[in-house]
Amino acid sequence: MATIFKRTSVLTDVPFHYCPGCGHGIVHRMVAEVIEELGIRNKTAGVAPVGCAVFAYNYFDVDMYEAAHGRAPAVATGYKRVHPENIVFTYQGDGDLASIGTAEIVQAAHRGEKITTIFINNAIYGMTGGQMAPTTLVGQKTTTSPLGRSKEHCGEPIRMAEMLATINGAAYIERTALNSTANIIRTKAAIKKAFETQIAGKGFSMVEVLSPCPTNWGKSPAESMDWIAENMIPYYPLGVMKEA
Amino acid sequence: MVKVIVLADQCKGCGLCVRACPKSVLAISKSHLNVKGYYPAEVVDQEACVACTACARTCPDVAIEIEK
Repeated sequence: MATIFKRTSVLTDVPFHYCPGCGHGIVHRMVAEVIEELGIRNKTAGVAPVGCAVFAYNYFDVDMYEAAHGRAPAVATGYKRVHPENIVFTYQGDGDLASIGTAEIVQAAHRGEKITTIFINNAIYGMTGGQMAPTTLVGQKTTTSPLGRSKEHCGEPIRMAEMLATINGAAYIERTALNSTANIIRTKAAIKKAFETQIAGKGFSMVEVLSPCPTNWGKSPAESMDWIAENMIPYYPLGVMKEA
Repeated sequence: MVKVIVLADQCKGCGLCVRACPKSVLAISKSHLNVKGYYPAEVVDQEACVACTACARTCPDVAIEIEK
């Protein structure tokens, strides 16, 4: 018998600390598999964020950095400019990328930095206990919006993929989701395309992944996947936003 | 012959593999607790598996291996 599916060696043997049903583990696996498939393991570095994925440096068996909150694109910029022949990715959540790190991600795209960003959008702050994020949907209940996010008080959620797609330095921007097997496979294809964009030296690349947070949404893992399809995808449409 | 292997002690019992499987090969155990204290997924109908790998691709803890 031949093994047709097993853990890639680009992931370490450390068990993920994430909650049951969290999307981070699925995306970690796919990023690691893409690094293996592209044969770039020995020249790839990753930058971990602050947030639930803060321990990402324990899980990838490549060089990893830990950046200050939101500053992963700035750290990746430094790495890439010193080692232009190497590949660098940042792995960031919505609190990291769409809130405290908005300036860094916009300016990294604006400068056309040849880096790849994996952006996990779960519409809530996970690590700190389920507070409202810039990506929280209108009406969505969180610990800091117990009656649901109010459009009048907090505005409407920010669409980072669309915003970054307007910037000339961005070469490849796509939004995908984890709510079905087909969408998981599409997400991996998008991650691969993003890394290939960097390898080709075309410019900034980002994949925004709509990901479940069962614990802070107060739903079961299966219900969370359905919630992505019913509530997130209508507001955050999937697809390639930009391809240079 | 396809063999689905659930690495039970890595499983957190989230059930996403059970949801993803089109052939009802997997189920969450009702009796066995793993070292983490979760009821892990287990194979209940090995014969029905068509090696689509949907369960393994969906597993957030990379706790499923498939042999064919």
